[in-house]
Amino acid sequence: MVPLSWYMVLSLIVFCIGVFGFLSRKNIIIMLMSIELMLNAVNINLISMSHYLQDLRGQILAFFVIAVAAAEAAIGLAIVIALFRNKATAHVDEMNEMKG
Amino acid sequence: MGNMELQYYHVLIPLLPLLGFLVNILLGKEVTRYKAHWPAILAVGGSWICSLASLRDVMAGKIVDADLYTWILSGSFKVSVGFLIDPLTAVMLIVVTTCAMLIHIYAVGYMHGDTGYYRFFAYLNLFTFCMLMLIMGNNFLQLYFGWEGVGLCSYFLIGYYFNKKSAADAGKKAFIVNRFGDFGFGIGVFMVFLTFGTLHYADVFGNVSIMAGKTVNFLGWNVDLPTLVALLLFCGAVGKSAQLPLHVWLPDAMEGPTPVSALIHAATMVTAGVFLVARCNPIFNLSPIAMNTVAVVGATTSLFAATIAITQNDIKRIIAFSTCSHLGLMFLACGVGAYAAGIFHLYTHAFFKALLFLAAGSVIHAVHTNNIQEMGGLRKYMPITFGVFILAALSAGGFPGFSGFFSKDEIIWSAFASHSSVGKLVWLMGTAVAFFTPFYTFRLIFLTFFGENRGVAHQEDQGHASHISAHGSGHDSHAQSSAHDSHGHEPHGGHHIHESPKIMTVPLMFLAVGAIAAGWVGIPPILGGGNHFAEFLKPVVGHPEFHGTHAQEWGVMALSTSIAIFGIVVAAFLYLRKSDIPERMSKQFKVIYDLLYNKYYVDEIYNFLLVQPTLKLASKVLVGITDGKMIEGVVNGVPGLIGKFSQKLRRFQTGTVHHYAIFMAAGAVFIIALAILLR
Repeated sequence: MVPLSWYMVLSLIVFCIGVFGFLSRKNIIIMLMSIELMLNAVNINLISMSHYLQDLRGQILAFFVIAVAAAEAAIGLAIVIALFRNKATAHVDEMNEMKG
Repeated sequence: MGNMELQYYHVLIPLLPLLGFLVNILLGKEVTRYKAHWPAILAVGGSWICSLASLRDVMAGKIVDADLYTWILSGSFKVSVGFLIDPLTAVMLIVVTTCAMLIHIYAVGYMHGDTGYYRFFAYLNLFTFCMLMLIMGNNFLQLYFGWEGVGLCSYFLIGYYFNKKSAADAGKKAFIVNRFGDFGFGIGVFMVFLTFGTLHYADVFGNVSIMAGKTVNFLGWNVDLPTLVALLLFCGAVGKSAQLPLHVWLPDAMEGPTPVSALIHAATMVTAGVFLVARCNPIFNLSPIAMNTVAVVGATTSLFAATIAITQNDIKRIIAFSTCSHLGLMFLACGVGAYAAGIFHLYTHAFFKALLFLAAGSVIHAVHTNNIQEMGGLRKYMPITFGVFILAALSAGGFPGFSGFFSKDEIIWSAFASHSSVGKLVWLMGTAVAFFTPFYTFRLIFLTFFGENRGVAHQEDQGHASHISAHGSGHDSHAQSSAHDSHGHEPHGGHHIHESPKIMTVPLMFLAVGAIAAGWVGIPPILGGGNHFAEFLKPVVGHPEFHGTHAQEWGVMALSTSIAIFGIVVAAFLYLRKSDIPERMSKQFKVIYDLLYNKYYVDEIYNFLLVQPTLKLASKVLVGITDGKMIEGVVNGVPGLIGKFSQKLRRFQTGTVHHYAIFMAAGAVFIIALAILLR
């Protein structure tokens, strides 16, 4: 039996990788992938807790997160394609027109 | 006297003019236009008939004091719209509706072809409505409503020719000067409510004795309550009735069309002050100080205005000062306790003064100037106007047998015979006025109707240009009549002086009958009459106790009458026989003449003491500091501050996704840290 803390640490590590990736990489596709990492870290956390607490609500929430992540990925990639058509690049530093 | 229920015709009295107003103000521009006089005259005529019905009831001894509906209800404060129709109100009703009706009819001819024709009649009707509400109300608040309403209409109608600056200014002046009086009046009404807990006349005057002898702390002084309330109410009367020191608006009010001067500034509105004092006589009776103040203010104003009238050259201003003077006499009567005499003079004055004004309007209509120095010899051109003018002047001057004689004599005798401590003083002043009144009125007549026509502009061969220059050279050229404006469309060249149309002269004749005969209802017992008028009013205003013998009464009457006739004779001598004397006198006594000609410089003093400092205060402090620094400082400062802040804040929106991500991450860390630390 793997103890709960291991799952928590795994979740933490994956989440931190996601945060780091999101903040450090400039390619918008990689950034979207980092977001997926963060979401999945949360999922690991939710499911492990759900199992630990013998409460199915965590798993149900995880399904929601997966659904949202799927939608987000679809819309996010569509936006990236639209941006790419305009800018011919996926580099976020090139996309800074929306400033005050 | 018995009471009676409120009848439909009581309600119709004020309602009809209100309806007439609504019809003309809403439909005037498109529908009624130059037929606007029909709804107006029908409305006023209807309320005249209803007033007669009310008078019949009152004479039969039936008094109405009934509420129509509750107007304001707030805790213990309850005010209804209701009507009190007692002898005093009945007299006022007859005065107001009769004068209003005749003047409405006259105005059809006078205002003929004016662009604001419907507006004129609408305002005139609104005025009639407010005046009727004022006199018919059965509580102080309704009185106040009517009071302010007539003031508003007065403002509208003085400034009727609003594109003429002097008229617009005169309207503002009347309104602002009245603020001073109404301020006191308003506080007076509050004091009445504080003392009695109600504003209903019957409840106030019925319990008036509870205020006797009480003192109240007013601005740090302990003052006698009845004196305070009476003087505060009198404040309003002083403003509205153009008494010293608030008389300055009335001469300027002559900028309005002449029917307005006749109705509002002679016959009705300006007498509201006298009505107020007579209505509140139970309060005034409790305070000898207030009574003496009323008497002295009235007598002083009367003499003051009469002396000014001698030197003026503007036909309407002379009559305006005459109005001031007569109003002073009415207050004099009220001040010595002879309220019935005051109201009697109010009643006769309404007829002869409205007649004087309308006849003057007829003259102005014909010669297009207000300056009597440019008139002369009009007798043969306008015989009817001349005739009624003479009758009005005889009545105003107190010539025996005419209305004005009986009322003025009643006042002078009341002053002489009353117990008032200032009675003899005001009697002397009143007798002096009895000389001046016929003097200036007949000076006006002799200069206007007798001699040669001095009107350079109105000779048949004079052209348009000289007409203009004549107006410019007049002393009071800024007071050029409305009539002149209203007939601006007529070619001035080749203008003939002619009698006014029938629609104007017929009301004059009716008023002339009033000027002669209206006073016959109050012939004193000594002349074989019953003084029915005073008897009629006795239930409302009581009757003062006189101490004087019949011989004294004859003496007083003979003195004032002979003085009045002497005034006519002097005027005739100076202005008909030796017409060079007045000019030499004005040169010889230049100081006095200038003092009188410039109306004792009251306007100039007010301008120096009040108007200029106020304007300075307004421009320096209010515009400069309060408005410029404080209000605009806040209004412009807050957006300015926000703008500056947002200039800094907008730097955070860089457009770079990573910056947002970092802020978000940092924010999340901060909030989580906060949640952990504050747990």
